[in-house]
Amino acid sequence: MAEAAVLRTRELTRRFGGLVAVKDVSVECRTGEVHAVIGPNGAGKTTLINMLSGDLHPSSGSIFLEGSDVTGLPSHRISRLGVGRSYQKTNVFLPLTAFENCRLAAQSRLAGSMRFFRPALADREVNAAAERALAAVGLDGRGSVPVAELSHGEQRQVEIAMVLATRPRVLLLDEPLAGMGSEESVRIVALLRKLAADHAVLLVEHDMDAVFAVADVLTVMVNGMVLESGAPAQIRSSPAVQEAYLGSEDAV
Amino acid sequence: MNAHRIAIAAFLVVVVALAVLPLAADKFYVQLFAKIMIMAILAMSLDLLLGYTGLVSFGHAAFYGAAGYALALLTPQYQAANFWTSFPLAVAASALLALVIGFFVVRTRGVYFIMVTLAFAQMLFFLFFDTKIAGGSDGIYIDVRPVAKIGDWQPFRLDDFTHVYYLALVLLVLTYALLRLILRSPFGRVLAGIRVNEQRMLSLGYQTFRYKLACFVISGALAGIAGYLSAVQFGVVNPEMLGWHLSAAVMMMVILGGMGTLVGPAIGAAIWMLLELGLQSLPSAGGVDFGKHWQLLMGGFIVLAALLLPNGLVSMIAVLRNRKGGIGG
Amino acid sequence: MDFFTFLIQVLNGVQYGLLLFLVSSGLTLVFGIMGVINVAHGSFYMIGAYFAWSLSEKLGSFWVALPAAIALTVAIGLALEWLLIKRLYKRDHLYQVLLTYGLILVFEETRSILWGDDVHGVSIPAILSASIPLTENLSYPVYRLWISAVCLLVAGLMVWVIQKTRLGMTIRAGAANREMVQSLGLNIELVYRVVFAAGITLAGLAGMIAAPVSAVFPGMGNQVLIVCFVVIVIGGMGSVKGAMVASLLIGLVDTFGKVLHLEIGGLKLLPELSSMTVYLLMAVILLWRPEGIYGRRL
Repeated sequence: MAEAAVLRTRELTRRFGGLVAVKDVSVECRTGEVHAVIGPNGAGKTTLINMLSGDLHPSSGSIFLEGSDVTGLPSHRISRLGVGRSYQKTNVFLPLTAFENCRLAAQSRLAGSMRFFRPALADREVNAAAERALAAVGLDGRGSVPVAELSHGEQRQVEIAMVLATRPRVLLLDEPLAGMGSEESVRIVALLRKLAADHAVLLVEHDMDAVFAVADVLTVMVNGMVLESGAPAQIRSSPAVQEAYLGSEDAV
Repeated sequence: MNAHRIAIAAFLVVVVALAVLPLAADKFYVQLFAKIMIMAILAMSLDLLLGYTGLVSFGHAAFYGAAGYALALLTPQYQAANFWTSFPLAVAASALLALVIGFFVVRTRGVYFIMVTLAFAQMLFFLFFDTKIAGGSDGIYIDVRPVAKIGDWQPFRLDDFTHVYYLALVLLVLTYALLRLILRSPFGRVLAGIRVNEQRMLSLGYQTFRYKLACFVISGALAGIAGYLSAVQFGVVNPEMLGWHLSAAVMMMVILGGMGTLVGPAIGAAIWMLLELGLQSLPSAGGVDFGKHWQLLMGGFIVLAALLLPNGLVSMIAVLRNRKGGIGG
Repeated sequence: MDFFTFLIQVLNGVQYGLLLFLVSSGLTLVFGIMGVINVAHGSFYMIGAYFAWSLSEKLGSFWVALPAAIALTVAIGLALEWLLIKRLYKRDHLYQVLLTYGLILVFEETRSILWGDDVHGVSIPAILSASIPLTENLSYPVYRLWISAVCLLVAGLMVWVIQKTRLGMTIRAGAANREMVQSLGLNIELVYRVVFAAGITLAGLAGMIAAPVSAVFPGMGNQVLIVCFVVIVIGGMGSVKGAMVASLLIGLVDTFGKVLHLEIGGLKLLPELSSMTVYLLMAVILLWRPEGIYGRRL
């Protein structure tokens, strides 16, 4: 825990018109740690990830990546700095094959995608990175299938494989398990554990079993604000969390 | 695999047929097919934007016309320009124009992109239409065609319609090959990603603005090849070359043949040109001179095509083939 | 430039801008509410002008011709929406552009067959033919003031309909959520048909009242269309307020571009290049706000 945070926010706030979606949120992500953000729907979790990935600009507050201020940088810059994200709603290239999805993701790390004449498939390193990413999520052998023809669960796997293929140091995963079968979920949870060894992972997830299985740190958000943050045991026993979130979830 | 071989064979047959055409046909047809090939280059260049990158440009004629005007302005009065300098300069002029216009338009998306490309193309149109640069609204003649001398040797003569025909054929094949190369390159794959889901490309770390701008410039430069050839073939340039009727016609060629296929737009160019010719030679009927008012029928044709042909002729052939295969199997 | 010359140019600029507003607000409403980009919108400006000219000749009076021309334009709009435009709602913008471009050719050639390719003048109705004297040599025609007044009246009417009436509420709801309107049991198809007809009638009306000052000539709609695109790019697609601001801006820029003299280093820029000014304005706006002044962020 002594290690410095790779990604850190300070009083991050985002307003949409009169509505405050995220208010004064300060979180930290460390390499070797899975930091799970939980909370009821509308708590502002996705808005938080959108700000961290540069898809949305914060109304106020700051984001620091390895100590330097990256607040307000566009998403492609954030991505190049080593922050990869997946989307809650599958956001892939549907007509392209699973392999090409990952290949494009891997190619983004190439110094020059402004190459006009060499065939794209001639870059063995990029191909290998794409294959590795597919294998990591359990899609080896499915690479040649257009993503549109894959099952919903497999599309979710492609979504994660694409993030891996960009070889990020920080992973922002927005409900990676949503829509996945139980077998795939187990695989992805194991993958997350393995990735956590040398990545900083920020995870938004509704599957509480999975969250408590992988998370080192938990942050509970309600109505755009941090209710409590700490180790899983601490969160589990917190009366405030029980009341606001976990309790009601159990009741359902 | 088999279909791939058939496609290559068909391509070669067409190229060979085009290569021997001037031996059998008279001047009218040689010139007509030269014009068709020039339009095919233009349509393929637009396909890179429209079909492969998803950028609906309604101002493509600007880059076609710019190269034509560049040749006209590079040609000294009563003298010939040098082909080997004027050709690259004209294409560079189109590319430069595309860079400047692209810098502004590529920031916009969807319907804005359509309107802005049209507006900038019209700005150029009015620049040549309203001012006295290069003959104003009447255009300007290129009295003497460019000369392609290397030392004392002259490999081809651009005042000979057959030579112009072969130059157009060679440039058509080269343009096609170049586009195929670009499309399978890392850059080409990025364009495909942008067409499908630009937002995800951004989040993967691609600065899509640069790629779209580069694509816009390449497309504009290739349109410039067509524009230069057209100016050489007819020895005249006028503001119509920059006008939106041509931009719309090229769009129709691409749609007719099938977006994102390269070969389709080239076929679309042929269909369009022949249709235009056919409509223009219609007789009068019921007191209306349809030959003179051919655009009435062309307009009706466009309306029907937009309603009935969502993916072009190439897709229609594919649909028919699948249907046949379905019945057979 | 003395005060009265300046005043006249301002009035001209405002009048041109208001006329542009009439045309471009129709275009922006049809897009904002129905999601259809209608490039044939400018043709209705031309059609309106030709109706005004032709019907004035036949009926002998501009004041009789005007309501008749409006009625005809509305009828064309309703028929066109029913026949073709409604098939475009779920289609890609590309096909909307192509189909409506095809309509431009049809309209232009039909105009050529029916009325020929000559330029025609429409005389200013007697009651508005006076001029207001400003100085010994300068005066301002009443008819131009009347044009501005009509445009302002229509703009006010439009705001009232959209903000205060049931139709307006339906329109605003339709723009926000098509399914919701249908689930409320409102007839969205009828709303769309009325909006389309109203939109093109705005363009037609602009052509009718402009005819006595601008003359009636082939291709007049296309010029207006392109300028309207510039208006919308500057103002923001779907925004009536943006259309108003941008129209006035362009009206003034264009008018003063034609009368001011600008020379830099011996190179004559204005008025020689006055037709470029509005496009340069658009370029600046694109750098600043690609989605237009009042547009939603892309």
